Amino acid sequence: MSNKLDAKIPEGPLSDKWTKYRSTVPLVNPANKRSLEIIVVGTGLAGASAAATLAELGYKVKAFCFQDSPRRAHSIAAQGGINAAKNYQNDGDSVYRLFYDTIKGGDYRAREGNVHRLAEVSGNIIDQCVAQGVPFAREYGGLLSNRSFGGTQVQRTFYAAGQTGQQLLLGAYSGLERQVGIGNVTMYTRHEMLDVVMIDGKARGIIAKNLVTGELERHFGHAVLLCTGGYGNVFYLSTNAMGSNVTAAWKAHKKGANFANPCYTQIHPTCIPVSGDHQSKLTLMSESLRNDGRIWVPKQKDDKRAGNDIPEEERDYYLERRYPAFGNLVPRDIASRAAKERCDAGYGVGASKMAVYLDFAFAIDRYGKIEANKKNMHDASKEQITEMGRAVVKEKYGNLFDMYKQITGEDPYVLPMRIYPAVHYTMGGLWVDYNLMTNVPGLYALGEANFSDHGANRLGASALMQGLADGYFVIPYTIGSYLSSEIRTKSIPTDHPAFVEAEKAVQDRINKLINIKGKQSPESFHKRLGKIMWDKCGMARNEKGLKEAIAEIQALKKEFWSDLRIMGDADEFNPELDKAGRVADFIELGELMCVDALNRNESCGGHFREEFQTEEGEALRDDENYMYVAAWEYEGESKWNLNPEPLIYENIKIAQRSYK
Amino acid sequence: MSEGNMNITLKVWRQKNKKTSGKLETYQVEGISEDMSFLEMFDVLNERLVSEGTEPIAFDHDCREGICGMCSMYINGQPHGPLQGVTTCQLHMRSFKNGDTIVVEPWRSVAFPVVKDLVVDRSSFDRIIASGGYISVNTGNAQDGNSLPIPKDDADKAFAAAACIGCGACVSACKNASAMLFVSAKVSQLALLPQGQPERQDRAMKMVAQMDAEGFGSCTNTGACAAECPKEISLENIARLNREYLGASLGSTN
Amino acid sequence: MSWLTKTLSSSIGKKVLMSLTGLFLCTFLLVHLIGNLQLFKNDGGYAFNKYAVFMTTFPLIKIVSYVNYALILFHAFWGLYLEFQNRKARPVAYAVVRNQSSFSSRNMAILGTILLVYIVVHMGDFWYKFHNEPLPYVQYTENVTTGEVVTKTMDAGYTQEVKIVEMSNEAAGTHSVIVKDLFQEVGVSFQNPLLVIFYILGMFAVAYHLYHGFQSAFQTLGWNHPKYTPLVKFIGTWVFAIAIPLGFAAMPIYFFAKHLMGN
Repeated sequence: MSNKLDAKIPEGPLSDKWTKYRSTVPLVNPANKRSLEIIVVGTGLAGASAAATLAELGYKVKAFCFQDSPRRAHSIAAQGGINAAKNYQNDGDSVYRLFYDTIKGGDYRAREGNVHRLAEVSGNIIDQCVAQGVPFAREYGGLLSNRSFGGTQVQRTFYAAGQTGQQLLLGAYSGLERQVGIGNVTMYTRHEMLDVVMIDGKARGIIAKNLVTGELERHFGHAVLLCTGGYGNVFYLSTNAMGSNVTAAWKAHKKGANFANPCYTQIHPTCIPVSGDHQSKLTLMSESLRNDGRIWVPKQKDDKRAGNDIPEEERDYYLERRYPAFGNLVPRDIASRAAKERCDAGYGVGASKMAVYLDFAFAIDRYGKIEANKKNMHDASKEQITEMGRAVVKEKYGNLFDMYKQITGEDPYVLPMRIYPAVHYTMGGLWVDYNLMTNVPGLYALGEANFSDHGANRLGASALMQGLADGYFVIPYTIGSYLSSEIRTKSIPTDHPAFVEAEKAVQDRINKLINIKGKQSPESFHKRLGKIMWDKCGMARNEKGLKEAIAEIQALKKEFWSDLRIMGDADEFNPELDKAGRVADFIELGELMCVDALNRNESCGGHFREEFQTEEGEALRDDENYMYVAAWEYEGESKWNLNPEPLIYENIKIAQRSYK
Repeated sequence: MSEGNMNITLKVWRQKNKKTSGKLETYQVEGISEDMSFLEMFDVLNERLVSEGTEPIAFDHDCREGICGMCSMYINGQPHGPLQGVTTCQLHMRSFKNGDTIVVEPWRSVAFPVVKDLVVDRSSFDRIIASGGYISVNTGNAQDGNSLPIPKDDADKAFAAAACIGCGACVSACKNASAMLFVSAKVSQLALLPQGQPERQDRAMKMVAQMDAEGFGSCTNTGACAAECPKEISLENIARLNREYLGASLGSTN
Repeated sequence: MSWLTKTLSSSIGKKVLMSLTGLFLCTFLLVHLIGNLQLFKNDGGYAFNKYAVFMTTFPLIKIVSYVNYALILFHAFWGLYLEFQNRKARPVAYAVVRNQSSFSSRNMAILGTILLVYIVVHMGDFWYKFHNEPLPYVQYTENVTTGEVVTKTMDAGYTQEVKIVEMSNEAAGTHSVIVKDLFQEVGVSFQNPLLVIFYILGMFAVAYHLYHGFQSAFQTLGWNHPKYTPLVKFIGTWVFAIAIPLGFAAMPIYFFAKHLMGN
């Protein structure tokens, strides 16, 4: 295998790599930092934390987000929690175990070096967030509380009710706004990055569109950080925010940055099922619910009875049956496929039959009895127990239950929830080395926008950990290794030909989009793309489907560029135009995802090829031929070159993942 | 597109940009399902407007799960519509009846100028946070998370205040367009936690000064903000802010 | 002192001024009511008229009452100024508004303006007349041992330099005073049904104004506590929004009824 990409993993024993690296990475002195400019695109956990921290260090930072405020970035919607190897519960956790769980959870498709570093800094994140005033859940003694998440047997997840992402993001946002107030960060809201500007082979700035006025702006930076999240919206329906998009990452890709493992998509097992064609997005019900909820379907096919009417012995708790060791807390990919398997086999529930039950009756009963004992009520009635149990469940998951009720019109305290898997997270992203730099010098990718830490499947509560690790504790060190050699580079004026050219290309594309003047809306193309992707590159893929999908996407692309209709003008606030640009990029990305899925002749984590499975229906990896990161280099329309980066496991014994 | 049997008359505020004035336009939407969200009804209408060659209605929205705080419609005289504790995106058509007329307006406040149609500029909220809504702790300075036990009750109260999504419904509901509930939620969160103590006085004074500079009205304790807040932030926070501010103004030595 | 002006000119400081002056006026109302309850005493106005003199002559009370007038004016005009400021915060009005707040809380400025008009009329009716017009004088002669009081209206032309003339007749064991008969004036005024209605309406304004105002003042001062706020709301409602306006309203009704019944 050719090895064009150098991951730059430091030498030495796994547990010393990061420590040693940190002590030897070149530094930039404070005076020089003041004249170095850094552009941060995206203000989610990774972007906000990076922008704030780099500004604290003294760099001049410009931060961009397409929303009306940096606080709206979609990290805000993360519900369940954030992992950290603190071992506060004394249940056997350690940095190594978090590292091991993450590699195993990722189905042995992540880099050892990166993941170990992630586990090492995980504890610092909690400390930092507490210091910022993030109100994590606490025990009565005043100490931090933990819960369990999928794919682990320890309690290492820190949380703030079902709104952990919100609290963490608001913490990072407050840090960012503090720097804005001081003047170290210039914040550009309602701005969308539309291209990377390259000068002498290095990323030197961006072209951004002011979404309110439609004006294009040129911004210089010694380095550009893309913290722009994942691309799950390629499926149209996902748990992502409506605005989440791949555009920034895709523009970088087209300017030379490799896109790694695009086919690794996480389908989250517990989402509210689709209710009709009008549906614009799917809503997640946190994985933390699997701490207390039991998943089941009727044993009888096409059972028409209401959930509560089906007696205990006629229920199939299929996760507990198939995976006794982890039960309802198996990793997401496994839980999702198991749900799909049951529904495809005809055991699904609800009107669409594309749902399974997530039942809290047991938890309510159990908590109710504990409460009764706490209150010395030894002859509590069943109603009293249920009432007290519901109160406990409400305290833990109240906001999620309310959301479920709001969307479905059913009360989950009484009826079992109906859930079905939905697209949630994308493990793939821009290829980065140990420094989080893409193969384009000066261009970095952080958080979900990169591919680095989760392999083929991300464990619950690890996305928040990675986003903040990258922003607070990794990039502030690793960026020094690049910028220390850039201290002589003066700020490049934005009338440089490279800026002029890049801006013109962006302007031309906008003009082209707006002048198609066809008949179909951007939204309708997006919907159609989503359907192709979900049907043929979704939870299960096969060669035939993927080949069809590629052809269909290419046809869709042609149609898009000839029949798109955008109302309004380019020089005003025009969400339709912005959406069209994003959909155009999603279409191209969709094709690459299928190409990648087709190339990977194995099943691993979130990538399940029907041709490659064990007799029990588990994913069948091919470590001999596919133990590599598939980094794709853009070579022109519908043409990519594969640059595989071999994965080397020196510390972990590779095995078939087993949660039985 | 038609999946349901609800027909709705919508009166929607249309305004081209900050500089122009706007007016209510009437639209008929048909075949709406009661399982649709309120915003999905707008999606349906917008698709139709595009197909008819009319400019679709601009409205802010993003997560559509009630947490990002971007959606901001003033529906039939109430921010986020008729339900309590619910954002616009979580409002579903089952809360309305076939044949209803629904008037949709943007948030109205001098500090939230209209950008277009139903979209307003809420950057004043960011500036209030930037003026002092934080704890000044540089990354890397933190001590161990468990070295500072926090009584559960305080942590819970701080969390309840921190649940604010910064949507601006409080301003929009208040007859004075006051931002006190928003500011008080942040001040309370940090005043309730031990980490927030060092900057406690300074924070309250700076945030109130910025709030006033933005042009928000003053609080007359009508309680409309808390009644309409999608995260049900309590009025106790406003009392706390008053306390914090007065304590800081009268008690500090600078 | 710049910190003080800075504090008081902030949005919270401005409200604190409303709150403190408002609470002062609440206390005044309470005292005013308790004093005026003497109108119901069946003593020909002896206690009430003496009380009126006391209130207008005792130096400390005099100072307090001038402070009170000043605060009424300040509270009224500061409130109107704030209302004007607050309206500027929403230049474009909503087409439809469905309020989730109480009627009182939304209409403090209007209720306050009604009250200001009421106060002007009320002061003109009694305060101005008491101070500036030749009201008839009355002499009360009290038997010190029995406590029996004999009332005698002075002749029409009678006048005196001071507000009260006191005489003791040790031999007869009596003590007599001559004062302006404000009591009589009250009784005469409230024979006019229009004025009675006006006063009752004024008391409605007081009720609604204080229903919100009393508890709101505490909130503005930062007093909101799960244990004590219910008490504040209870007092605000039952004492200030109900008992006090009822007590005041009972006075015109009482005199009007008395008049109707022919005495």
